[in-house]
Amino acid sequence: METTKQTTARVVAPIANNSPVHGLWALVNRDLRKWYTNPYQLIISLVQPVIWMGLFGKALNFSSFITGSGAPPAVVGATLQSYFGTTSYFSYLACGMLIFIVLFTSAFSGMSVVWDRRFGFMNKALSTPVSRGVIVMGKILQSVARSLIQAAVVLVIAIALGMSTGSLSALGVAGTFAIVFLVAMGLSGLFVMLSLRSSDWQTQMAIINLLNLPLLFASNALFPVKIMPNWLQDVVKVNPVSYAIDGIRQLLIGATGTNALWLDFTVVVGFALFFSVVGVVMSWRLLKK
Amino acid sequence: MNTGDAIVDVENLTKVFNGTLKAVDGVSFQIREGEIFGFLGPNGAGKSTTINMLTTLIPKTSGKAEVCGFDVTKHANAVRRNVGVVPQDYTADEDMTGHQNILLCADLYGIPRSNSKTHAEELLKLVELQDAKDRKVSTYSGGMRRRLELACGLINYPRLLFLDEPTLGLDVQTRTAVWQYIRTLKEEYGMTLFVTTHYLEEADSLCDRIAIIDHGHIVKIGTPSQLKESVGGDVIVVGVKEAQPDITSDIASVATVRGVKKQDTDYRIKTENGEEAAPRIMDMIRSKGLHVTKISLSRPTLDEAYLELTGRTLREEETNRWAMMSQRRTMRMSRS
Repeated sequence: METTKQTTARVVAPIANNSPVHGLWALVNRDLRKWYTNPYQLIISLVQPVIWMGLFGKALNFSSFITGSGAPPAVVGATLQSYFGTTSYFSYLACGMLIFIVLFTSAFSGMSVVWDRRFGFMNKALSTPVSRGVIVMGKILQSVARSLIQAAVVLVIAIALGMSTGSLSALGVAGTFAIVFLVAMGLSGLFVMLSLRSSDWQTQMAIINLLNLPLLFASNALFPVKIMPNWLQDVVKVNPVSYAIDGIRQLLIGATGTNALWLDFTVVVGFALFFSVVGVVMSWRLLKK
Repeated sequence: MNTGDAIVDVENLTKVFNGTLKAVDGVSFQIREGEIFGFLGPNGAGKSTTINMLTTLIPKTSGKAEVCGFDVTKHANAVRRNVGVVPQDYTADEDMTGHQNILLCADLYGIPRSNSKTHAEELLKLVELQDAKDRKVSTYSGGMRRRLELACGLINYPRLLFLDEPTLGLDVQTRTAVWQYIRTLKEEYGMTLFVTTHYLEEADSLCDRIAIIDHGHIVKIGTPSQLKESVGGDVIVVGVKEAQPDITSDIASVATVRGVKKQDTDYRIKTENGEEAAPRIMDMIRSKGLHVTKISLSRPTLDEAYLELTGRTLREEETNRWAMMSQRRTMRMSRS
């Protein structure tokens, strides 16, 4: 017994993994574990999109204004097409919902930073040689992973509830999830960065509401841009969320887009790169006690 | 490095918050390899700020700070690899088991799983948590949580372990057990330990050397007995039946007596070697034809030393709100 103790005592630390990204998976898994091992959290986070799709999506039916007007079907079709780029408002909304769920999942990525700080885990992680950038990247990636899963659930529910599947293709779905990935990356980067200095969850909640609702309403997620006042249209044009949704509508339901698909992708890639890179760079300055 | 060399070398270390608040003000000390070094002081004295600088959590404002031979600013990662930290808060993830928590720490240090799996088992055995290792931490008692934190702090084979208030809020029995683990680390593993505490008895029974810190300054460094002796030796209180005559000056002239104070019919005498001085004092009083009614001898305590050196008793004091909340949370959790 004594001898084993003595040997462990004098054993030199094993050659540690000096890779700059060591610990990334451990941190991501720690956060995701809270989600997938807690059935309540998992169910609640999956029920939320059902409520939005089922209640909001089915109740707020813009197309009924036009279909109920008694106009000939050809006119109705053309009118819907001109407003929504497709003849089904529900399908239009479903694409918006895909990004909506990403928006809300990402917003709370900052909250877990605040809790980790409050309960001391952040200090613990900071006292280890894990890279500060990895701590931030871990927070971003766990949120991206949740967003992808939630978006997949939303998509399945949308199809079950009657989203048009005529233009559905493997490439379109792949492109859609590429956009979801990028938007989640950018938004999580933004919210994680805003939370790095904060140990106060009330402030963080205020920031979430301050950013999330404008990002949602000043976009094409719920309503066609055409019916908006001019000044709001200008805001929608600089909102990266609009580009993401515009791209998804083209890829998923074959809608006529506002922008070319390449432009949508360029904006979303730029958005994702900017905030994830800035988040990681800022982590060196901001992740102090 | 030789065993006699300083494992922590701090000179004139200063931390200023927001340009005005001097939390640590020109602190200098050395810790020798293999000793238990204690930082004793009230809340807000600068203990945690010093630890945070030495463990690279916050940057120092000025001064020199070398840990395990590495500068804390220039070679922060080298310092992090060589030291273990057991923070004051309970940082373990409540939703994970004790075993998973230790492995998580190992991953953050980049220790390969091939090694960390067996090492985690050894550490769980050391802190006697092997039976509870697969339970979620949320079911742990305060003592178990503290032991788990200790095991996590040891996962990277540190040469130096920082313990910030290791027994905060623990009951006496658990506290004694934690002290025993700390002694084991020193004696069997040859580890150097840096302990902060505001419990005098903890500093007294655990530490080889103590630095008393107050308002960001180190007031005195020494072994517990040196600190006690610096107060001025033993105290003898003698009761004399007759209040008159005043024999203060006669007692003061007895060999080794340093000072005498008269309180009613009692004389409070400060002296070296109290056991030998007491009979001499009694003989002297009897030789004056007076009667000794009572006598007591007390050795100086660290409380008295602390009072003498800082001018106040060590008690809970209000510091900033977050620090207090986090301490209360720790204490609450430790009782659950």
